[in-house]
Amino acid sequence: MAATVEARPPDKYVDVRTQELQINMGPQHPATHGVLRVAIWADGEIVTRAEPDIGYLHRCAEKIGESVTHIQYVPYTDRYDYLAAMNNNLGYCLAVEKLAELEIPERAEYVRVIVSELNRIASHLMAIGTYGLDLGAFTPFFYAFREREEILRILEWICGARLTYNFIRIGGVMRDCPEGWLEDITRFLDYFEPRLEEMNELLTHNHIFVNRTANIGVVSLEQAVKYGLTGPNLRGSGMRWDLRRDDPYSIYDRFEFDIPIGTGIKGTVGDCWDRYWVRILEMGESVRIIRQALDQIPDGEIMAKGVRHLAFKCKAGESYQAVENPRGELGYYLISEGGQISYRSRIRAPSFCHLSILEEILPGSMFGDAVAIIGSIDIVLGEVDR
Amino acid sequence: MERLVGALEGLGESAFALSLLMCAGVVLGFVGIWPLFAVWLERKASADFQSRLGPMYVGGFHGWLQTLADGIKLAFKEDLIPAQANRVLFWIAPAVAFCGAFATMVVIPIAQGVEIVNLDIGIFFILAISSVGTIGVVMAGWASNNKWSLYGAVREAAQLVSYEIPIALSLMIPIIAVGNLRLGHIVGFQCAGPEDAGFVYLSHHGWLLFYSPWTLAAGLIYFVASLAECKRAPFDLPEAESELVSGFHTEYSGLRFSFFFLEEYVFMFVVSIVGALVFLGGWQPLPFVSFQFDNPLMKLIGAGILLGKAVFLVWVQIWLRWTLPRLRVDQVMTMGYKYLTPLAMLTLMGMALYQYWGCRYIPGIL
Repeated sequence: MAATVEARPPDKYVDVRTQELQINMGPQHPATHGVLRVAIWADGEIVTRAEPDIGYLHRCAEKIGESVTHIQYVPYTDRYDYLAAMNNNLGYCLAVEKLAELEIPERAEYVRVIVSELNRIASHLMAIGTYGLDLGAFTPFFYAFREREEILRILEWICGARLTYNFIRIGGVMRDCPEGWLEDITRFLDYFEPRLEEMNELLTHNHIFVNRTANIGVVSLEQAVKYGLTGPNLRGSGMRWDLRRDDPYSIYDRFEFDIPIGTGIKGTVGDCWDRYWVRILEMGESVRIIRQALDQIPDGEIMAKGVRHLAFKCKAGESYQAVENPRGELGYYLISEGGQISYRSRIRAPSFCHLSILEEILPGSMFGDAVAIIGSIDIVLGEVDR
Repeated sequence: MERLVGALEGLGESAFALSLLMCAGVVLGFVGIWPLFAVWLERKASADFQSRLGPMYVGGFHGWLQTLADGIKLAFKEDLIPAQANRVLFWIAPAVAFCGAFATMVVIPIAQGVEIVNLDIGIFFILAISSVGTIGVVMAGWASNNKWSLYGAVREAAQLVSYEIPIALSLMIPIIAVGNLRLGHIVGFQCAGPEDAGFVYLSHHGWLLFYSPWTLAAGLIYFVASLAECKRAPFDLPEAESELVSGFHTEYSGLRFSFFFLEEYVFMFVVSIVGALVFLGGWQPLPFVSFQFDNPLMKLIGAGILLGKAVFLVWVQIWLRWTLPRLRVDQVMTMGYKYLTPLAMLTLMGMALYQYWGCRYIPGIL
C-alpha cells in the first residue's frame, strides 16, 4: 500500500489531499450483480471517476442468432436477462411472428401475458431483494426470495423450468395451462398483495434505507433521455413511458393499469429511492394485469395453425420488436432473407444502455453510494454482455 | 477465583504462577467456547428472522455442533499469506486484535466477588485494553496489501476512535453516581440495601438504568455506541460485505481469519456483559428488589443471571443486525460526533448536576 498512497510534497499551500486510489470493483465483487468490473478512482471515500468495464460474460449471442434457425434461437434468448426469461422469449417470438405474419390464438396471448407479468414480479422481487442486500439489509432479501420461489414454482409447473423457460414459442406457447394452474395463480396473487405491504414496512420506509437512497444517484429526466434509459429507471426519473401502453404489443391494450413514476417523495425526482419505489409499485400493477387476464382468458388453441416447427421459414424483410422488460425496453431487430436463419439479429438490451450512465452519476458520490447506485440501476450482466 | 489466587499465593511463587496459568486457562476456555455458542445463536436467530431453519444436522439437536465443525474446517485450511503482504504484520495482526478482546475478560466479575483481578480501575481498564484490538485491525488492513482491506482498516480506525468518546462518557455517568471504577462496586451500589437486610430486600438505588433519567439516557447511548465498537450492523462499515468485500480481513483465511471472528464475538460479549453489570444490575434479577448472593449456590445462580442478561444483549445486537440496513460512512461519523458525543456530554453534565443538587434537595427521588 505504501507504494500507492504517497503524500504530495509540501508546497506553499497546505494540501491534505493524497494521491487518488484506483480500485477495481469487480469482476468478482458481491455488489456488482454479476461479472461487471467498475474501475473506480477514489479520493478517500469519494469516487472521482468511474468506468464500467464489460465483456466478461460475452457469449456471442447476436452472432448465434445468425447461425441457428429461428426456432432454435428461442432458448438462447432465455440467457440474456436470465431473471426475466419469459419476457425475453416474448420479445423474440413477437419479432419473428412479425416477420412471418403469424396470427396468434387468443388463449396463447393471454397465457403469454400471465407468464410475462409473473416473471416481471419475480424479476422485480430479485431487484428489490438484492438492493436491500447491497445496502446491508439481509432479511428483506430472504422475504423477496420466499415470494419469488412461489412464482418459480408456478412457472415450473407449466413449463418444467425455473429460470430458463423456453416456454413462449414462435406461434404460441409450449403447452396449455395444466389443471388448477390458473386457480393457483389467483391464490398466489391473494397471498402476494399483502406481502408488498410487508416489504414496505420492512425496507421501503426504513429510516436508514431512506437516508441511504434518497437524493443519491439523481438522474434528471434530461440525462435519462439522453442516455437512453428505459423501464423503471426512466420512470423513476419522472417520465410516464411504458411500451405496454405507448406501443402496445401482444394484447396489452386490453388491460387497465397505471404507470407509476418517481415523484421524489423522499428526496429528488430520479434518485435511487424513486427507482426502487417504481419497482415496488409496478409489482402491484402486474398483479392487476394478471387478475384481468385471468378473468378474460378464453378457451381455445395455444399454437398458431400451420407453424411447421422443423421447417419454419420467415418471409424476407426486417422487423423490430421492442417489449417492456422488467429492466426496460428490450428490442429485437431481425433481418431475414426468407430462409430459416436470420441474416442479422440485433438485440437492444436495456441494461447495456443503463450501464453507460454510471460514468455520469457515480463521480462525486461516496463509496457506499456507488454500491447503492449500481444496485438501483438494476443491471443483469447476461444482458449487458450478451 | 480471587480467593483461590490468594490461597495459592501463600504456597510460593511457582504455585502463584500456576494459579495465573489456571486463570488464563479459564478465560481462554471461555473465549474459545463462547463464540461457538454465539455463532450458533446468530445463525439460528437470523434463520428465524428470515423464515429459514439454519443449521439442523451437526450434533443432532438443531445443529448445535455446526460451529465446532466450521471451526475445525477453518483450523485445517491452508495458511495463505498474499505474496506482496507484509508478513510480520500480517502474522501478528490477528493475535493483537484477539488480545484486545481477550484481556478485558480478566476484570469482569462473573458473580459477587468472583473475578480474576479486582482492579480498582476496572472500567477504565476495559476501555483502554479494548482499543488495542483496533490496532490489530489497522495492522491487518495495512499488511494485507489490498486496497479493500486498507479501506476497511481506515474505516475501522476512524469509527472506533470516534465512538470511544461517547462510550467512555456514557460509562462515566453511572460512575458519577457510584463513585468507584471497580465493576464489583458498581454492582454493589445497585443492590445496596439496609444493614439488616434479609434474603430479599428493597435496594436503595435499584438498577442504574432506572436510577435517574440521565443514567437511562446513558444506557441507551452506551448500547448504540457499543454496536459501533463491535462493528455490528448498522455500523458494520469496516467489513461492509457489499462495499468492501470483507473489509480488513479480506485476505485472511483459515485460523487467522477465525481469530478475527473470535475477537468480534468475544467483544460483543464483553460490551454486553459490561452493559449488564453497569446498567442492568449485574447478577440482580429484578430492578429494585435485590437478593443476597453470598453463598456459593446463589453465586452460581447469580452468574447464570448475569450471563443470561449478557446473552440477551448479544441477542439484541443480532436482532438489529438482521433487521437494519447499513449506514453510510459519513452518516456513521455524523451519528458519533454530532449526536452521540454531544448527547453524552449533555447527559454527563445533567447527571453531575443531578448528583450535586438532586440528592440533597429532592429527598426521596432515589
